[in-house]
Amino acid sequence: MDVSKIEEGLVLDHIKAGMALKIYESLKLDLLDCPLAILTNVDSKLMGKKDILKIGALVPIDLAVLGFWDEHMTLNIIRDGEVAEKVQLEKPSEIRGLLECKNPRCITGQERAIESIFYLADREKDTYRCAYCDSMWEK
Amino acid sequence: MMTQNEMLEKANPRHVFDIGDLSVEEIDDLISLAESIMEKPDAYEEVAKGKKLGSLFFEPSTRTRLSFEAAMLDLGGNVLGFASSDSSSTTKGESLSDTIQVVSNYVDIIAMRHPKEGAPLAAARRCLVPIINAGDGGHNHPTQTLADLITIKERKGRLDKLTVGFCGDLTFGRTVHSLVNALCRYEGMNFAFISPPELRLPDYLKEGVLARSGHPYMETGSIEEVIPSLDILYMTRVQKERFFNEADYVRLRDTYILDLDKLHFAKRDLAILHPLPRVNEIAVEVDDDPRAAYFDQVHHGKFMRMALMMKLMGLEDPLKK
Ligand SMILES: [Zn+2]
Repeated sequence: MDVSKIEEGLVLDHIKAGMALKIYESLKLDLLDCPLAILTNVDSKLMGKKDILKIGALVPIDLAVLGFWDEHMTLNIIRDGEVAEKVQLEKPSEIRGLLECKNPRCITGQERAIESIFYLADREKDTYRCAYCDSMWEK
Repeated sequence: MMTQNEMLEKANPRHVFDIGDLSVEEIDDLISLAESIMEKPDAYEEVAKGKKLGSLFFEPSTRTRLSFEAAMLDLGGNVLGFASSDSSSTTKGESLSDTIQVVSNYVDIIAMRHPKEGAPLAAARRCLVPIINAGDGGHNHPTQTLADLITIKERKGRLDKLTVGFCGDLTFGRTVHSLVNALCRYEGMNFAFISPPELRLPDYLKEGVLARSGHPYMETGSIEEVIPSLDILYMTRVQKERFFNEADYVRLRDTYILDLDKLHFAKRDLAILHPLPRVNEIAVEVDDDPRAAYFDQVHHGKFMRMALMMKLMGLEDPLKK
């Protein structure tokens, strides 16, 4: 399979196989009108199978969201058909507006117009804690 | 004239949602202030003159509400609010944040009880005055913990180097979790957790707070096994809803009833605490025993709420001028 190279844009590579759509949704990429390619289950020497996301424009992107889903993916910024920059991702210590609390007794399920806030609880276990009710959020 | 947004920015109030929002030093200061008020209540009867407490109870909790309201009245202030959400505007579909912002224009401090967990943080989004969490579902209830702490201090003269037993429903008992959190910050503690296997302390507390604190602890099913070593015994209610069948409930309920027979092996200066209301987990015969401290908690609770409200409203201690 061949997807033509992009001149200017972003390439998210080494995404865990099956995660590209989740990231597409989380970043609300459906709102963009530039060319966009989602490749899933691509053969990878490093990972066996991987996903790749190509965005054909230099759009602002929420690095916290990327780091939240997978801090090991790579983000390449492409200018003039070349990789101009590689961005190192990190698990965010705080993530806003992305997750929904799973605790049915949490105020976030009732209060309108409230932004969900989660704090990184355990880096190793990759768990986040609801700022409101303290319940854990596991992937 | 300031706009509401300018007022919000200027106000930047200090809230207390959780016992962890107060440092150990602040808790010690609050206890000293509460002791001072208990000793000379007359000196404090006009401290909050002209101040108003917004007593906002989105679910009924008569004893907590009365304690807050009595605390404000004893400081010379006034109280307004509601005792259940039927009479509040939330029934009209207004958001909690809006309700609180409106009320915060009329009062100097808010005590809020709400059935949803995390409600105080949502309420504080645009609030001009300090909010004290008076209970948010099964989550936090910091002024109960303050009442527990001052009662321990009054009985034992200290909050460190104590062997503390917790008995009953340790899985769902928020007062237990909160007090364990608070006591873990002191030196030289020892904990015993007494419960049926179904109602043990949650792992996150054992692996998190307790493990990090380094304090030794043990888990057991029997009060008798540990009662001789305890300085404090914190009893809680074992609720019937927590069990799958009636037979288990009845068996366990009776195992965890504290009576004079079990107390026979306890230290003479043990202090028995209970967040109340009690059902039958402490036999009535224990009430007359000098070791019973659970009604002292109620008494102390009001003074701790007075101290906390003074602190959050920035009122000076008249005896420290
Ligand atoms: Zn939550």
